[in-house]
Amino acid sequence: MQGTPVFVVKGLMKSFGPNRVLKGVDLDLHPGQVTVLMGANGAGKSTLVKIVSGIHSADGGTVELSGQAFAPSTPAEAMRAGVVTVHQAINDGVVPALDVASNLTLDRMSGKGAPLLLNPRRIRREAREVADRMGLSLDLSKEVADLTLADRQLVAIARAMAHRPKVLILDEPTSSLSSSEADRLFALIDRLRAEGVAILYISHRMSDIRRLADRIVSLRDGAIAGRFEDKPLDYSGAVDAMLGRKSGHDAVDARSAHAPVFSAEGLRLHAGAEPFHLDLGKGEIVAITGLVGVGKTALAETLFGLRRPFGGSMRLDGRPYLPTNPADAIGQGVFLVAKDRADNGIVPEFNLARNVSLPFVHRLSRFGVVRRGAERQRAREQIAELGIVCRTERDEMYALSGGNQQKAMVARWLAEPSRLLILDEPFQGVDIAARHDIASKLRATADSRATVLFVTELDEALETADRILVMSEHTLVGEHVNRGVDMERLLAEVAGRGLRGAA
Amino acid sequence: MNLREFAIRYGFLALLAGLVVFFSLATSGFTSPQAAVFILQSVSLTGILALGVTATLVVGGFDLSIGSIATSAMMAAAYVMVVLEQNALVAVLACLAIGALVGLINGIIICYLRVPDLLATLGMMFLLIGLQRIPTEGRSIAAGMTMPDGSTAAGQFDPAFLALGRHRFDFILPDLVPASVVVLIVLAVLIWFFLEYTRFGRLMYAVGSNARAAEFAGAPVRAYKIWAYIISGVFASIGGILLAARLGRGDIASGNNLLLDAVAAALIGYAVLGASKPNAFGTAIGALFVGVLLQGLTMMNVPYYTQDFVKGAVLVVALVFTFSLSGRTAR
Repeated sequence: MQGTPVFVVKGLMKSFGPNRVLKGVDLDLHPGQVTVLMGANGAGKSTLVKIVSGIHSADGGTVELSGQAFAPSTPAEAMRAGVVTVHQAINDGVVPALDVASNLTLDRMSGKGAPLLLNPRRIRREAREVADRMGLSLDLSKEVADLTLADRQLVAIARAMAHRPKVLILDEPTSSLSSSEADRLFALIDRLRAEGVAILYISHRMSDIRRLADRIVSLRDGAIAGRFEDKPLDYSGAVDAMLGRKSGHDAVDARSAHAPVFSAEGLRLHAGAEPFHLDLGKGEIVAITGLVGVGKTALAETLFGLRRPFGGSMRLDGRPYLPTNPADAIGQGVFLVAKDRADNGIVPEFNLARNVSLPFVHRLSRFGVVRRGAERQRAREQIAELGIVCRTERDEMYALSGGNQQKAMVARWLAEPSRLLILDEPFQGVDIAARHDIASKLRATADSRATVLFVTELDEALETADRILVMSEHTLVGEHVNRGVDMERLLAEVAGRGLRGAA
Repeated sequence: MNLREFAIRYGFLALLAGLVVFFSLATSGFTSPQAAVFILQSVSLTGILALGVTATLVVGGFDLSIGSIATSAMMAAAYVMVVLEQNALVAVLACLAIGALVGLINGIIICYLRVPDLLATLGMMFLLIGLQRIPTEGRSIAAGMTMPDGSTAAGQFDPAFLALGRHRFDFILPDLVPASVVVLIVLAVLIWFFLEYTRFGRLMYAVGSNARAAEFAGAPVRAYKIWAYIISGVFASIGGILLAARLGRGDIASGNNLLLDAVAAALIGYAVLGASKPNAFGTAIGALFVGVLLQGLTMMNVPYYTQDFVKGAVLVVALVFTFSLSGRTAR
């Protein structure tokens, strides 16, 4: 494209232990352009960002900024050289207890040559300059803690821009913003683009990407899987390159449900979302797929009583179903294998057997006393059922591999019969062998219940499910029976041009 | 099992055994039944409070109000009998009710009003220290005391109540074991069984270790936390009852060390058997450890003012055992 790139990454490599996260990444950024970087979880996006922002050092490859070698060893060094990063966690970029003016000038208060005493008038004046240049209309004396997330985000970016960087990296900046809040952010980004800043924008949100992207780069498994520069941009192609299909799936013998279990009518996950319809039947496995942040976890949590639907009704076995909390959902036979097992699943102080028995420990008790023999027996059965690799059922959880930890989380809920089993990202941080074990176990036991999986990776859906539903912008936009799937339509739906209200 | 694992697991028990051997060689009369009972009696109140605070540690909380709950219960017992002229049973029930109520309020403030546990119970501690002095305008309560309005209190301590603090049961030797030691042992066994063997105790540990995982498994997280504070409050009020029965008066100056000693015992308990987590058995051993140490030092004529130093040193060593040597991150 036009001109010379200001920022050039060549053959960047990084490993953590045996895990090769970046396998030679090439990337260039041009002034006055927004380059969108897409990648699924674990593709290496965060590692890439951390290397160029000076948090990690690369194992191999080179980075050049304006023709000069660029290898920052601290974030401050990267910032001084002209590469500024605004991280995903908004509060990393601001100090909530200080006012806006202090936040905007914070970097001038530390470092060499900073005056010992603060001069409030000078701070105010400098902050005003920064704010005006950014078109930021905020009360500078307001405490950041009192601002909305969107305003904090703008302050964080404005603060970063006070260094007049050549390269600005935004890591999922809209992940906690509403769409009107995001619009203000986009306006600021447009302004910076016009000023000639090279912007790397990392996001999963197709609406952001359509709004901003001058070009798209897809990262997959630590390498660039596709570059899209020709207008109009090929969004489906970018999604395909990011999620892609590896050849040689075990073809799934797609079954159909033999009795309805769960249905939802006019379900809405939040105020702005389109209502949708959802049927889940006995004996089938349904995968709901879509990019990160399109409402998959919101739906899983709604089914499990962790949040209330914004509208619509749900029925389980023909009766109205509106669980008030997880205990209520579990009592009615709806189980959830939650995502992020370390946060939501594993009890680190408990051994394997106690982790497996956790939700049903009352059924393993007599007069309130846990029957330890029965508890260990259940754990041994589940270890055998799922092929959990461990020494004994009394192993500590941290001694198990990620795949085996996840098997234990699944085993916990397979140990009792359910009406509806929900699994949210069950293959996250799971090796391929464990993934196959879990998927085949789910398929083997699916006959007695309805099963729904929430997965971002298409491969996982294609390998496991009988039916695939596509989610976009908090609603269902497409349905496919997993038999000769029309991948072009599926990808288009994932990329956000699906048929509204279908499925 | 290598040396390091052995040290983590049995280090504290070995240290305790070593102390007993050392003191029995260095002093005369340390190993007699009377000396053993005396040690138990000296730690019975802090032990009971420590067992209560262990319940809050298990759910990932903390209760700083236990010392003031105990002294409030002591004052309440004296007030009920001396001023209101009630019998022992009423006094005991009033104390237990106060403990349960304060625990419930602590739990509600922490779980529903979202005040951090340390701050909520610290506030409750100050509140109770003041509250317990209001009915008598800051005076200690004893039979025949003068009331703020100039009259003389007509009631007195019920002998049945005093027996809780002074009666000794026959065990091997006549009149050997004080009632407070029996109460300590019974409560220790109860809370140990509750935490280790019942599903309620199991879920309390789950709540303390990963509250979200417990919630996702259907456990009523807030209810378990509130119950832990109620247990803590009730145990502290039992400690207060025994304190009142031992003193025979409601002494506003007593019970100052209860909180710190109890917390120390519970935290030392983390190191026992390499548990790295709050546990009732460890708490009991922790209380015993402090008792043995202080009794031995006293018999060796070490000045009293070094005792706090020794307690603190033991606590620091125990915490290093727990958090550093075992390599597991607790809490």
